[in-house]
Amino acid sequence: MSLNQAFLAIIRRDLILAFRRRSEIANPIFFFILVVTLFPLGVGAQPKLLQAMAPGVIWVSALLAAMLSLDSLFRSDFDDGSLEQMLLSSHPVAVLVLAKIFAHWLVTGLPLMMVAPLLGLFLGLPEQALATLVMTLLLGTPVLSLIGAIGVALTVGLRRGGMILSLLVLPLYIPVLIFASNAVDMAATGMPVSAQLNILASIFFLSLVLAPIPTASALKMSIN
Amino acid sequence: MRFYHRMASPPHFYALTEKLMPWISVIFLLMTGYGLYLGLFVAPPDYQQGESYRIIYIHVPAAWMSLFIYVVMAVCGGIALIWRMKLAEVVLISSAPIGASFTFIALVTGSLWGKPMWGTWWVWDARLTSELILLFLYLGVISLYGAIEDRKTAARAVSILAIVGVVNIPIIHYSVEWWNTLHQGPTISLTELDKPSIHVSMLIPLMLMATSFKFLYVMAMFQSARVEIIRREQNSQWVKKMLEERA
Repeated sequence: MSLNQAFLAIIRRDLILAFRRRSEIANPIFFFILVVTLFPLGVGAQPKLLQAMAPGVIWVSALLAAMLSLDSLFRSDFDDGSLEQMLLSSHPVAVLVLAKIFAHWLVTGLPLMMVAPLLGLFLGLPEQALATLVMTLLLGTPVLSLIGAIGVALTVGLRRGGMILSLLVLPLYIPVLIFASNAVDMAATGMPVSAQLNILASIFFLSLVLAPIPTASALKMSIN
Repeated sequence: MRFYHRMASPPHFYALTEKLMPWISVIFLLMTGYGLYLGLFVAPPDYQQGESYRIIYIHVPAAWMSLFIYVVMAVCGGIALIWRMKLAEVVLISSAPIGASFTFIALVTGSLWGKPMWGTWWVWDARLTSELILLFLYLGVISLYGAIEDRKTAARAVSILAIVGVVNIPIIHYSVEWWNTLHQGPTISLTELDKPSIHVSMLIPLMLMATSFKFLYVMAMFQSARVEIIRREQNSQWVKKMLEERA
């Protein structure tokens, strides 16, 4: 099997597995919507306040939803041993890992991206900022999956990895959060956002190239 | 090559550090004493900040160390992963709590300095926030090492984590220049060494303190590395022999 075929086969397999367990796809989205809903209840429903907070609220909620969905990236493969088979194959593990991350993003990051404009509208975000919001999520959520994969690969062998995973992954998410919510903020006031989007794009490409490598070596370490 | 192999062997490291320890301690005490004397009594008060700027002699060296130690850990992580050098793992693990302490000291002294200068204990500006993130990176390394039972696996895991986390170091270092924030700009920069924005009478104690903090780090790191080595090699011949000789 060539590398291309292996890459596509992993994506296909992961997508099929995900659609067999639809509730697992739906849960991060519900979580995302629920957390955003908590903010108006918590801070009060003044439209001005909510509008000012909207970019940050949506992005922090997306961050948490992405982090909580990470566990499903390698967990079931680790439990049933197919991860071991993947590592034993003749293909470079980093590329196979990339296929798994891509499939995971399709079922977790992409839905977040589609729900977010609606939530933005509910929070009173001006319409001109919605496109920027989707753009930042398009560039940002893959980064969350890519960086998160390193953390999951490090902790997948642990019985209670959840809390440690957040301690490892959230600090590394912060640059994405800063630039993404800043871009949406600027767009809401009608300012140009190309600088922030360019930085987000460069973070995305850097992590696309670099993140699978430590993920692969961390998986090898976890399997052992 | 011979030198590296000898340095990498735990018994040799153990014996060497034992010999070096008194010297390092004496140098540290002398430098700290002299540096603090110059900084607290001899250096003139700042024309803007008065006497309270003197906390710089603790704050800035501690902040430098917080970055320096993380880089050391990442380099050790690389060495441990590539050449499987056990000593690098030991240095990495023993450095993490020390680095976390320096980061904590930098945050606390910065907060104490911020109260009289800015009128607030804490602001969410780039430098402060990224230093806080650095503290969480250290805590992540420590807790990941604690969570994995097998020491070999744990050491490899924290090596990978230390290397990944090092991307945060340039962000912290340049945050003051990239973002125009409340935290003042750098006092000393490598590109403009010949014209620092600080008078020589203040610069000398600062440099003394910075160097003495390096010695403090080496001292603390050696001490916990020795404990870690003994713990790892408790079943080996040389440890048993040494314990018998000392008993």
